[in-house]
Amino acid sequence: MSDDIYDAIVVGAGPAGISAAITMARAGLKVVVLERGEYPGAKNVQGAVLYSKMLHDIVPNFWKEPDCAIERPVVEQKMCITTDDSWVTVGYKSLKFLEGIPNCYTIIRVKFDQWYAKKAEEAGAEVFCGVTVREVVKKDGKITGIKTSDGDELNAHVVIACDGVNSLVAQKAGFIDELKPTEVALGAKEVIALPPGVIEDRFQLNPGEGGTMEMFGSTSLGMLGYVFIYTNKESLSLGVGCKLSDYQKKGLRPSDHLELVKRHPYIKKLISGGKTLEYSSHLIPEGGFKSMPPLAADGFLVAGDAAQMTNPAYREGSNLAMTSGKLAGETVIEAKVRGDYSKASLSAYVDKLKASYVLSDMEDIQDLEEHVEKSENFLQFYPQLACDLAHLRFSADGVPKREHLKTALGMIGKRGWLKLAKDLMPLRKVAI
Amino acid sequence: MEVKGGESVEAKLGTLEWKKSPETHITLKNAGADSPCVTKCDNKPCTTVCPAKVYEWEADHKKIIVNYENCIECGACRMLCPWENIVCDWPAGGMGVKYKYG
Ligand SMILES: Cc1cc2nc3c(=O)[nH]c(=O)nc-3n(C[C@H](O)[C@H](O)[C@H](O)COP(=O)(O)OP(=O)(O)OC[C@H]3O[C@@H](n4cnc5c(N)ncnc54)[C@H](O)[C@@H]3O)c2cc1C
Ligand code: SF4
Ligand code: SF4
Repeated sequence: MSDDIYDAIVVGAGPAGISAAITMARAGLKVVVLERGEYPGAKNVQGAVLYSKMLHDIVPNFWKEPDCAIERPVVEQKMCITTDDSWVTVGYKSLKFLEGIPNCYTIIRVKFDQWYAKKAEEAGAEVFCGVTVREVVKKDGKITGIKTSDGDELNAHVVIACDGVNSLVAQKAGFIDELKPTEVALGAKEVIALPPGVIEDRFQLNPGEGGTMEMFGSTSLGMLGYVFIYTNKESLSLGVGCKLSDYQKKGLRPSDHLELVKRHPYIKKLISGGKTLEYSSHLIPEGGFKSMPPLAADGFLVAGDAAQMTNPAYREGSNLAMTSGKLAGETVIEAKVRGDYSKASLSAYVDKLKASYVLSDMEDIQDLEEHVEKSENFLQFYPQLACDLAHLRFSADGVPKREHLKTALGMIGKRGWLKLAKDLMPLRKVAI
Repeated sequence: MEVKGGESVEAKLGTLEWKKSPETHITLKNAGADSPCVTKCDNKPCTTVCPAKVYEWEADHKKIIVNYENCIECGACRMLCPWENIVCDWPAGGMGVKYKYG
């Protein structure tokens, strides 16, 4: 490592950190990325679906690169609303997803992160792995560098905290307190090996194409969260993710939750005969807009999960990380031109985020989780209703259809029409 | 919530590799007889939720054992303990879990 002062020290080689590093290094800035894992990705867990547009903005046409670490382009996305023995599936499949910039890819994070970190090195950034940042260095209230677990000190005009959820770096810099169990979800997943042909048969895909499935309802055991299953080239990723406070209340280990999910008849069939290659677990920031730390300070910026930037209603996180990392990088480039790394100068970052989808999307969904949690029995009532209504619709039992209609209205009316409207109105924000 | 049958967390952890550190990165602020673990923590969520079963209650000796080597660094226990008795920092550079897929 060099003794000179860096333009920027980026903590964390995840999507946020690498995007920031690539952006700055390309503009000729002196950048170092510090990653605590032995290699990029060693500590990282994701579903994982990666939206292309945001990466394309940084590495144009990345999917055309022969060594790019992506799994399958997703052509079909399904949602399943389930009770223990019944489920309603809605999905959308389109070959348009393969045209132009393909909408999204499944990825395996450890492979992806190594590929992406190489891009930062090619752009001229230094990437050091096996370095845990323990503290930030402050002089006269301004952040001037970091200290590692080995006691080394590195200095920079700006430190960008891209160290992921519940950022220890932002906490040690004094910008946030420890998050609460209500502000995070705990995810756990397994990568389950299956031959590509079997995956394609079970998900009705053409060779090479990918599909995704999210499951809401009984598989979450009344907790706020969902189950996901994504198709990789030669494996499936099966995962659960629910509020940490809910796991805490239930006293349930996510590994046991996974085992329960595997018994659901729909999942059971999809993963049958598969061999688990790896188990993993990681937090997901879900406090949203209201629990974001200050994003800019003197000599300091925060991006990605470290800044709570996710959109759980749309399973988006890595894309927000990439966009915020890129915008943080652009902010530092401009600050260097001005020769001013003060909070006032670096606050341009916040304006850029406001002008992008990142903050507007987060603002729009900020009350959603609370709404669902506060609405009594929401997570049990609606999946049951959906299945019961579908059961009527698809049954011929000798009862006149007008009687079915009455029964159906009765089922819905049980909730109370006003309550129903109150329950469902806020969901319009996630309808499109 | 007890789940009967299925694959154990131990078996799941068997799919993983670690670069083992000789030093723990997890400590209990108070591990003594007057610790909240002994005096007021009825449910002991660290023992039931940690996805790597790092925390175990040893009823005979009335203490929590911390199997820090199993930690998969999910970050949950910092928030999981209702009595803020857990200090869980990241392991030193390069140490700890090494995911192959993630
Ligand atoms: C189970 C699960 C499923 C998910 N599914 C999806 C999905 O399908 N699509 C999607 O878009 N998002 C998904 N997400 C969210 C997504 O993974 C995150 O939003 C994304 O990884 C955030 O990127 P980041 O760069 O901000 O943080 P991270 O990817 O967490 O990267 C942070 C990096 O910093 C390093 N680090 C941390 N502390 C230090 C330190 N002190 N010193 C040095 N290095 C440090 C870490 O090792 C890590 O490499 C999922 C998350 C989980 C847990
Ligand atoms: S949750 Fe905290 S107080 Fe309770 S047993 Fe675990 S460490 Fe002790
Ligand atoms: S970080 Fe996660 S895996 Fe490690 S001890 Fe804490 S809860 Fe368990």
